[in-house]
Amino acid sequence: MNVIEADKLTKRFGNFTAVDKISFEVKKGEIFGFLGANGAGKTTAMRILCGLSQPTSGQARVAGFDIYKGTEQIKRHIGYMSQKFSLYGDLKVWENIRLFGGIYGLSDKQLKEKTDEMLFTLQMEDRRDALVDSLPLGWKQKLAFSVAVVHDPQIVFLDEPTGGVDPVTRRQFWELIYQAAERGITVFVTTHYMDEAEYCDRVSIMVDGRIDALDSPKALKRKFNSSSMDEVFYSLARKAQRGE
Amino acid sequence: MKQFLSFLKKEFYHIFRDLRTTIIMIVIPVVLVVLFGYAISTEIKSSGLVVLDHGHDLLTQRITDRLISNEYFDFYKQAADYEEIDRLFRKDKIKIAVVFPTGFAENVGNGSEVQLLVDASSPNEATSLIEYATAIINTELSEGALQTTGGITPVVRLLYNPQMKDAYNFVPGVMGMILILICSIMTSVGIVREKEYGSMEVLLVSPLKPIYIILAKAAPYLLISLVNILTILLLSYFLLEVPIRGSLMLVIMLSLLYALVALCLGLFVSTVVSTQKGAMLICAMVLMLPVILLSGMMFPIENMPWILQLISNVIPARWYIVALRDVMIKGLGVLDILPEITILFAMVVGLIVLSVKRFKIRLE
Amino acid sequence: MNSIEVRNIAKSYGDITAVRDVSLRIRSGELFGLIGPDGAGKTTLFRILTTLLLADKGDAKVCGMDVRKDWQEIRRISGYMPGRFSLYQDLSVEENLQFFATVFKTKIEDNYELIRDIYVQLEPFAKRRAGKLSGGMKQKLALCCALIHRPRVLFLDEPTTGVDPVSRKEFWDILFRIKEQGITILVSTPYMDEASRCDRIALMRDGVCLRMDTPDAICASFPHKLWSVCATDMYRLLLDIRSFEGTYSCHAFGDQHHVIFKDEAQDTAMLMAYLVSKGHREIQIKPLQPAVEDVFMNYREDEL
Repeated sequence: MNVIEADKLTKRFGNFTAVDKISFEVKKGEIFGFLGANGAGKTTAMRILCGLSQPTSGQARVAGFDIYKGTEQIKRHIGYMSQKFSLYGDLKVWENIRLFGGIYGLSDKQLKEKTDEMLFTLQMEDRRDALVDSLPLGWKQKLAFSVAVVHDPQIVFLDEPTGGVDPVTRRQFWELIYQAAERGITVFVTTHYMDEAEYCDRVSIMVDGRIDALDSPKALKRKFNSSSMDEVFYSLARKAQRGE
Repeated sequence: MKQFLSFLKKEFYHIFRDLRTTIIMIVIPVVLVVLFGYAISTEIKSSGLVVLDHGHDLLTQRITDRLISNEYFDFYKQAADYEEIDRLFRKDKIKIAVVFPTGFAENVGNGSEVQLLVDASSPNEATSLIEYATAIINTELSEGALQTTGGITPVVRLLYNPQMKDAYNFVPGVMGMILILICSIMTSVGIVREKEYGSMEVLLVSPLKPIYIILAKAAPYLLISLVNILTILLLSYFLLEVPIRGSLMLVIMLSLLYALVALCLGLFVSTVVSTQKGAMLICAMVLMLPVILLSGMMFPIENMPWILQLISNVIPARWYIVALRDVMIKGLGVLDILPEITILFAMVVGLIVLSVKRFKIRLE
Repeated sequence: MNSIEVRNIAKSYGDITAVRDVSLRIRSGELFGLIGPDGAGKTTLFRILTTLLLADKGDAKVCGMDVRKDWQEIRRISGYMPGRFSLYQDLSVEENLQFFATVFKTKIEDNYELIRDIYVQLEPFAKRRAGKLSGGMKQKLALCCALIHRPRVLFLDEPTTGVDPVSRKEFWDILFRIKEQGITILVSTPYMDEASRCDRIALMRDGVCLRMDTPDAICASFPHKLWSVCATDMYRLLLDIRSFEGTYSCHAFGDQHHVIFKDEAQDTAMLMAYLVSKGHREIQIKPLQPAVEDVFMNYREDEL
C-alpha cells in the first residue's frame, strides 16, 4: 500500500519551476529519505505534500486523500516537525504534549496514557514539569518528534530534524524513527547528514527540481559505484545548475 | 567620513527598497489630517431639536426661527407636550429640546426662563449644545432688547479662533503625533533590526564608530519627517484653512527640533530593547499614548489631576504643541516661545548623552 | 607563535554556564576547528574572542592583544562571520561587499586577490539581493565580506550549518586556499566529519574542551578496539548487538554499526554465532579505524 503517490507534481513561481514533474511513491511503514542540495526544491515539494501549498499541475495523494480536494483530511492524518519550530518553549513538557494531542482530538484518557508512555520512552519522567526551553536541543527534538506522532498519523514529515544535535542524541533520535516505522508510521525525512541517508529504506535525491535518483542506499551506491551515500550525493548534486 | 556616507547610503537603500513602509510613512500624515479634519470632528452639527412652545408669541417664534436656521441644529418638530419630548429622546430622534413657558415675552427680563433639555449621555456634546443654544437665545434676546429698550448687553468675542474650529487645535496635535511616530518608531526599529538579524555583531566587530551608526540611522528619518511637516502644513493651510500667523520658518524649525527629540527618544528605546516587536510596543505604548492623552491635544492639561499634570511635563509633545499653537495660531515670535524651545533642546541633549552612553560596544 | 591564546575562560548567563574553564592555543597560520554540537559553548567563545562579550574569568589574546583592553585593535585585524546569515538581505551582493569594504576603511580592489576565487562564483549574481541567494551562496558572500579587509585572523562560527554536503565541501576547499594566504582561521562546526579537514581541532561539549590535538592524534588516542558490523536488517541488528552480553556499546554509523566490546580480547566469532542464532543474514564483522565522531561519542559514554 502506498501512503504517498505523486504523479508529475509541478510547482512554478512565475517563470521559475521550483518542482519539476516529480513522480514517486512512498510505501506504508517505510523510512523515506528526501535529499537534495539547498534550493533543489525539497521544501516546496514537502509543503505541497503537507497540504500547505497547491501544486501548479500534477496529481498526488497523501494518506489516501487528494492534495487538491482533501487538504483538511491530509492535515488530520499527518504529523509534521520542522527544525525551526516544533514546540512552545515557554510551555512545560506535559503542556506541550497536551496541547498538540488536543489539537489532534485525543481524549483526556488517551492524553494521559500517551503522556506517561512518551515520557517513559524518552526517559524524561522527571522533566514532566520542565519548560521546554530549558531542555538541551537534542531532548527537545526527540520530544518534538514524539509529539508529532502522538496521534499515530499515517505519515510523519521531518524537515532536517537533527541539525546541530550531538552525535549520541542524533542516533537516539533515529532509534525513535525506527520505532515509529515499526508501529506502521511512514517517515518522510530530509537531512544534510549523509550517514543518516543510509538509515533510510529508500532515498530520493532532488537536483534542480527533479528527482534524479530514487532507490535504496545500497542500490544507489552500486549504481553510482560509490562507497558511501556522501559520494552518491556529491556526484549528483554538483551537476546542479541553479541556486536557490 | 566616507564610512559614514556609505552607511547613510545603505540606510536609504533600506528605506526605499521597503516601498510599502515608505509609502505608509508619507501617506499616514495625509490620512490623519483628513481624518481629523472631516471625520473625527468634535464639533456639533445637525443635532435633532424640538421646541415646546407654551408662549406662542412673536419672541418665541423669532427664537425658534433662529434655532432652526442654525447649522448646529436639525429641527425635528414642534412638540405637543413633555411626554412627546420624552418619547423622542428615548427614540434617539433628538438631542435637545427647548421649552418656552407661557407668557414668555411678557415676563422676559423679570424671571421668565427658557428650559433646555439635553441628552447628556455624551457629556461633551451636551455641554456644547447648551452653549450653542444659550448663545443663540441670548443673541435674539439682546437684539430684541436693543430694538425695544436700547440697553447694553455683553458681547463675547472669541480670539484667534472665532469660528472655534477644531482644526486649530488638532493640527499641532497631529504634528506632535506623526513626528513621534515616524522618528522614534522607525529609528528604533531600524537599529534594533540590525541586532535581530545579527548584522550588528559584524558592525561592532568593525572599526565603525558607534556614533556613525546612530547618526546614519537617524538622518534619513529626519528628512522624511521634514517631508511630513511640510505635507501637514500645506494640507492644513489650503484644505482646512488653518492660518499660519507667525513665521513659517519658525514653525518649521520648531518642528524639526521636536523631530530631533523624537529621534533621540527612538535611539534611546533602541538601546533598551533587543527585538523589533519590543521597539514597536514601547514606542506605541510609552511614546504615542502619552502624546494623545497627556499632551493637551485631546484633554486640557489644566483639568488633569496634579499627578498627571506633573507627568505631562516630561512629554515633549506638550511643549511642542503649546509652542506651535503660539506661533501658528497666535502669531507669536521666537522670544515668546523661548521657554519651550529651551526645554525641547535640553531634552535632545539629555537623550543623546544617555543613548551614546547606553549604546553598547559589546553584546551583553 | 600563537595567534590566539585562551586561558581558563569561563562565561555564564545567569544560571546557565556557557563556557567553563576553556584553554586553547592556536598557532599562527593554522586552520583550527572547534567541533561540538549546539550548546557546546562555541558561539560564546567566538564572541569573547571577537571582543563582543567579556568573559567572567580567565583571559584571552588575539595576535598578542588582550581581548579586554585592546578590543579596538582586535576588531580591526579580525574578520568575523557570525553563525546566522548577517548581511543585509535587501542589499545586492555588490552593495553588501562595497558597504563592508568602506566600513573597514578599504576598497574592494585592494584585496580583490584574496576573495577572487570566491567572488567569481558570485559575480553572475552581483545585482541580486542577498536575501534571494541560496544557502551556499549566502555563506560565500558572508565570507567575502569578512575577508574584504584582509584580516589576520578569521573567525567563522558554524559557516556550514544547514548547508548541503556539496556546498559544504566547496566551502572547505575555499578555507584551504584562504589558509594558504597566511590567515589564521578559527572555525566551528557541529559536523564531525569536517574535523578531518582542520590542522588541529578542539572537541567541545557543554562548555568544556574535551581534547585538543590534530584529528589524527585524536583518532589514534581512541582507547578501545573498534569493530564494524553489518547485516541485512540493520535496525534489528542494532538491538541484537546491544543485547549481546559482550557488547560495551553499539552505534549506528551510516551503513554499518560501530561496536566496542567490554573485553578487548573478545572473540568476534562469538558475536557472529550469536547474531546467526538470531537469524541475521550476510553478517560482516571487520576491525575499523576510529573517526573523530567515535572519539566524541566515547567521551560522552565514559561520563554517562
